[in-house]
Amino acid sequence: MAVSNTFTQEEAMTESNFKRFVEVGRVVLVKSGPSAGNIAVITEIIDHNRAIIDGPTTSVPRQSFTFKHLTLTPLRVTKLPRAAGTGVVKKYLEKESIVERWNQSSWAKKQAAIQKRRSLNDFGRFQIMLAKKQRRDAVRKIVAKESKA
Amino acid sequence: MTSAILSYLKSRQLAVKLCSFSSHTSAPNPDLDKIIGIGLDDLKTTRMARSKELVPGIGRFSRSQVYAKRGLFKGLKKSTAPASEAKPETIEKAIGGEKNGGKRLVPTSKAPRFYPAEDVPKPKKSRKSPKAPSLRPSITPGTVLILLAGRYRGKRVVFLKQLASGLLLVTGPYKVNGVPLRRVNQAYVIATSTKVDISDVKLDAKFDDSYFAKSSTKSSSSAEEEFFEDGKPKAKQPIPESKAADQKAVDAAILASIKKTDNLSKYLKASWGLSKGQFPHQLIF
Repeated sequence: MAVSNTFTQEEAMTESNFKRFVEVGRVVLVKSGPSAGNIAVITEIIDHNRAIIDGPTTSVPRQSFTFKHLTLTPLRVTKLPRAAGTGVVKKYLEKESIVERWNQSSWAKKQAAIQKRRSLNDFGRFQIMLAKKQRRDAVRKIVAKESKA
Repeated sequence: MTSAILSYLKSRQLAVKLCSFSSHTSAPNPDLDKIIGIGLDDLKTTRMARSKELVPGIGRFSRSQVYAKRGLFKGLKKSTAPASEAKPETIEKAIGGEKNGGKRLVPTSKAPRFYPAEDVPKPKKSRKSPKAPSLRPSITPGTVLILLAGRYRGKRVVFLKQLASGLLLVTGPYKVNGVPLRRVNQAYVIATSTKVDISDVKLDAKFDDSYFAKSSTKSSSSAEEEFFEDGKPKAKQPIPESKAADQKAVDAAILASIKKTDNLSKYLKASWGLSKGQFPHQLIF
């Protein structure tokens, strides 16, 4: 069997500690601009500063974006062809249920919680304070009971 | 004052010429006053009391100094001026000498001997008066407000209505957080988005600015004497029963609607404050 000269990315990087790479199909979190906080997919790498990202299911329009304002996530759309159009990207995202997987991640949950906390009004903050007090009290009681026994 | 009169007389003279009066006397004439547009009564209000003129139009003292010197604030504010009898413009005097006709009409007030060389502008009377400020759109009846200044700062209270003076009428309610029916300035208030349903509350018309005005009864002895009287501080004046009853009547319906929402009573009872890392401009109220 002839040894193939072409390596896949994983094989080439077996020595590396890095887990997330800038690659076509990598799911990224947009950190600035009007779509900040939403996820998108890298569809094409323009140069070492920018890539074309697209997020048809998360209302991120197809656009070029600097890596400075993107965060790589562990998620990846496998076998996404290079420079795929919006329709194709949408098909792949839905097939691999990327948005659902993202929403289940603790990263996304934490983000949503921060968002919710920030949007609370004065009365909401007060009610959270009461709930936290209640929780503290319950924990304290159980700990006291267990440590005695 | 003199300059104002002189300018008045100057304009009078002009009017005399216009009306082609043959008389050279410049005694006050009501018809003339109508023509000129200002009468002697107008001039009385614009005089500078005890303020010697440094240069025409500029007095020795400022407006507030004159106000303090005149001391008009000390007296009663309203006075019914006695109806002054209109002075006759001329009086008949007996004149000696044969060829002088025996009698002559002489003006009661003498015309000035000199007229000013320059026109001195009359100070403009301001007709502006402050309007009651408009209510912030975020404040509607029933809105929970956070007080930021005064005796009850940090308290959360319920807004009832805006008074004619522009101040806001609020209540704790008294039973919940100890804040009575009270007027507050909306500048020292944070409006929250939390509302208490006060559609059942019937506010009496008597809750106006005069309801909250302090009675101006002055004690005969000075405050110092009173303080050291028998070595005891003065006993507190009890709150009038009628006001306590008013408070209860207003609060009753509010308390009922507060009960309907969980934790709302606790919320109103608690004081507001900022903790570490909280900045009011970044918070949503």
